Amino acid sequence: MNSTENVLLDIKDLHVWYKVYGGFLKVLNGVHLTVRPGERVGLVGEAGCGKTTTMKSILQILPPKDSKIPKGEILYKGKDILKMNFGELQRLRSKEVAMIFQDPTAALNPVFTIGAQIGDVIKYSLAVEEKSVQKEKIKTLSARALKEVYLPDPERILTNYPFQLSGGMRQRVCIAMSISSPRNLLIADEPGTSLDVTIQDQILRLLREIVEKLGTSIILITHSLGVAREMTDRIYVMYAGTIVETARAKDLFKNPVHPYTRGLLASVPKISGGGIAKGILGRIPDYLNPPPGCRFQPRCDYANSNCQEKPPQLVEVEKEHFVACYLAQE
Amino acid sequence: MAQKENSEILKVQNLKKYFRIGKDKKGPIYVRAVDGVNFSVKYGETLGLVGESGSGKSTIAYTVVGMYQPTSGQILFKEQNIGMRAPKRPLSLKKEIQIVFQDPGSSLNPRQTIEQILRLPLELHTKTPKRQLREKMVELLEKVELPPDYLYKSPPSIGGGEKQMVAIARALAPNPSLIVLDEPTSALDVSVQAKIINKLMDLQKELNLTYLFITHDLSLMRNVANRIAIMYLGKICEVADAATFFEKPLHPYTQMLISSVPVVTEEEERLKPKKVVSIGEIPSPVNIPPGCSFHLRCPYKMPICSEVDPEMVEVASGHIVRCHLFSRTENK
Repeated sequence: MNSTENVLLDIKDLHVWYKVYGGFLKVLNGVHLTVRPGERVGLVGEAGCGKTTTMKSILQILPPKDSKIPKGEILYKGKDILKMNFGELQRLRSKEVAMIFQDPTAALNPVFTIGAQIGDVIKYSLAVEEKSVQKEKIKTLSARALKEVYLPDPERILTNYPFQLSGGMRQRVCIAMSISSPRNLLIADEPGTSLDVTIQDQILRLLREIVEKLGTSIILITHSLGVAREMTDRIYVMYAGTIVETARAKDLFKNPVHPYTRGLLASVPKISGGGIAKGILGRIPDYLNPPPGCRFQPRCDYANSNCQEKPPQLVEVEKEHFVACYLAQE
Repeated sequence: MAQKENSEILKVQNLKKYFRIGKDKKGPIYVRAVDGVNFSVKYGETLGLVGESGSGKSTIAYTVVGMYQPTSGQILFKEQNIGMRAPKRPLSLKKEIQIVFQDPGSSLNPRQTIEQILRLPLELHTKTPKRQLREKMVELLEKVELPPDYLYKSPPSIGGGEKQMVAIARALAPNPSLIVLDEPTSALDVSVQAKIINKLMDLQKELNLTYLFITHDLSLMRNVANRIAIMYLGKICEVADAATFFEKPLHPYTQMLISSVPVVTEEEERLKPKKVVSIGEIPSPVNIPPGCSFHLRCPYKMPICSEVDPEMVEVASGHIVRCHLFSRTENK
């Protein structure tokens, strides 16, 4: 985390709060995350740990009235996204970063054709430079994008509505949308989770191929360690709004250090059998009154009084392997 | 053989369940959710029923517990025919078969306290005197490791894992012998899942329960089930012991499934069969292709596959496959 050179996205100490009745939900509590150009980064954590909030804050699509960013920076190509004006944000969303959502059925508008929806994306990404964009050009670009994701008969699909396609095809359409104009960063939020295993396998293979071909960086958000292992170069493990461990994918699975990562890894059922570990007791903390110190401490087997005082900082235990735990510092 | 039959608690023979969804000129249109399924569950074992969405695994679960009337075929429970809906079943039989649903958020009434949730099955199925009801309920909560004060909480105020524990306690209340688990952990996080699965396994040993475990998660089944049956479009395509299943999967669909599972260790990576690349999509159960229903996605497709539906063939003891690749060698 020392180098500023050659970093595409650099999130520093990001805090995000949501306003609710009775106070603020302190969801993100100091998230650090970097993405280099062309890198595949995985963000892994359980439901409610703040993965999606992190991603939404990159694109600044958090609910504006009910959320607050009290602290932190999100540097994209060295420029702080949190300080961008509307025009700059528009440009970021239309030319630089694209997002693929978990549920393609909810991400597509049911009353517009696929062609109209992909066309919009292309129109806005081009409109930044060219004032008038011809219909023909949009159509050929849309068809080309659908061909890239191996959808058969793209011309016909452009005239279809989302309900006429299957779940797997809809997710392909969403991927096509995100790559329909050149982007530098893709954010994929659980792209295969709502699909069956064999279809998920197809979608992940497709994503991987596209990212390799175009040289785009990708942040893959997932709750499945297995998916992260097969898809990414570097993994961030998140718990209750903090990054607890980050390492290259290989190192993380060979040598997990944080008690949470270990518990999570042991909880995953293996196809080699051998039973399942006892899991992690307790549940994710109440964000209204999060526990003092380390947020994992109430569920941690190794917690001591030190853990309750101050949250641990990320320290490097081996090359590119950072852990936020007092155990690792000793 | 007779002895083997005796040890079966549940036997499903040629079960079919069609849902009518409309009609056209040729007559009514049906969704063939379950289309001729045979399997049996032995006393004290866990049978894993695995399949992707729309394969008919939940329909089987609901038919077994009596939420649906089967279109045809037989379901024998302790050698008694239970191929009818629950209202027609005798009370003594209903209490023997219980179910735990996928989403505890919607299977528990949010307006009831947990006391009310547990009280009904106790009053209905057991002859517990009124005075001992509370004691009995606390005992049930203890079985799933929840403190007694949970009796006065309501489902929305507790966590997802705890809710599922309450649902399990409710299923245990009438002392059943067979519990149908319909994806009990797929709405939960892995760390919570591990806890619930371990509890279920302990309870099985302690109370001599038999589980029919329905899930889409193959790697979970490897650790939980004694035997696994794979379903595809309303039919079972392979049945085998859990270990055999992963060491020697035979059906191309099983191989595709296992090679699609994302794994977390090198050891598992080696266990995976040679990559069977997943192609195509699952056809609609309204329009099941003729012949073998998998032939559109199968890498080893032969001409016969699109014409004749393969038979179930026992290739080794207890290992049954429905595929022409194996029925052909049988004929030779």
